[in-house]
Amino acid sequence: MPLDSSFIGRTYPAAEVYEVGREKIREFAEAIGDANAIYRDPAAARRAGHADVVAPPTFPIVITARIGEQVIFDPELGLDYARVVHGAQRFVVTRPVRAGDRLIGVLTVDNIQSVAGNDLISTRTDISTENGEPVVTAYATLVARGASGESNQ
Amino acid sequence: MAEAAAAEAAPDYDSLIEGTELPESRTRIRRVDLIRYCGASGDFNVIHWNERAARAVGLPDVIAHGMLTMARALRIVTEWVGDPGAVAEYAVRFSRPVIVPDDDDGAELLVTARVAKKLPDHQVRIDLTARTGSDDAGWDKVLSMARAVVSLPR
Repeated sequence: MPLDSSFIGRTYPAAEVYEVGREKIREFAEAIGDANAIYRDPAAARRAGHADVVAPPTFPIVITARIGEQVIFDPELGLDYARVVHGAQRFVVTRPVRAGDRLIGVLTVDNIQSVAGNDLISTRTDISTENGEPVVTAYATLVARGASGESNQ
Repeated sequence: MAEAAAAEAAPDYDSLIEGTELPESRTRIRRVDLIRYCGASGDFNVIHWNERAARAVGLPDVIAHGMLTMARALRIVTEWVGDPGAVAEYAVRFSRPVIVPDDDDGAELLVTARVAKKLPDHQVRIDLTARTGSDDAGWDKVLSMARAVVSLPR
């Protein structure tokens, strides 16, 4: 069943502010296995010109995924989550996310299309501080594999 | 895992030559890494920790989060540039999942990268290749069109 293309252009604001903590950044850096001191040590971060420890470049997915759940699990869209795989991901950074940031994101459904029996949904999430300073934009493409498709991603 | 070098020694834009290869990165992704990433990211999709559920949707075994593979691959860039805050853009397509067996070795991720283009404003584009497999059995590409733009110091 094709997805409801009337969702194109819809926006979903974050339900609440995401406050970035030093220990959360450390936990994420350890989970991706990146030992860089700038994620952990405020003095090392300052030497590199940052106000506090910075988050790994893919960390914003933690924020965008929460907002994205509103779309993925919207029953009106009709997405079967068991068939969803991540097709593509892109981050465009205005400035790195750092500890102490209070961030909000707004997700926009950029496109919905059907390609070779699969449904593709493309979203853009603009993340800024609660004061409106742009921080990072995350673009994601999710693929809902068609019922007859046997390919795995 | 070796400690990453401090940010002091970022590559020099002016003397950098297009085509330069970054030092290759080989890391392992084991089941415990998937559990840890589930917790850190909040993505508890069962296909990343339950092989029964993974097989039920047609996968051969548990697979790594695409975002974990994407993050791991970028280490080749952050270790080269020193400051992860220098990454201005990072994009990938997920071409094939990393299958993580329930054993002590897990899956090996082999990442190579090169300076593809010098851009204006002291930025460079790095093209990455990420593969999983082994030297004996061969390597399969897990990311395609993987590119990072990095701002180098002036």
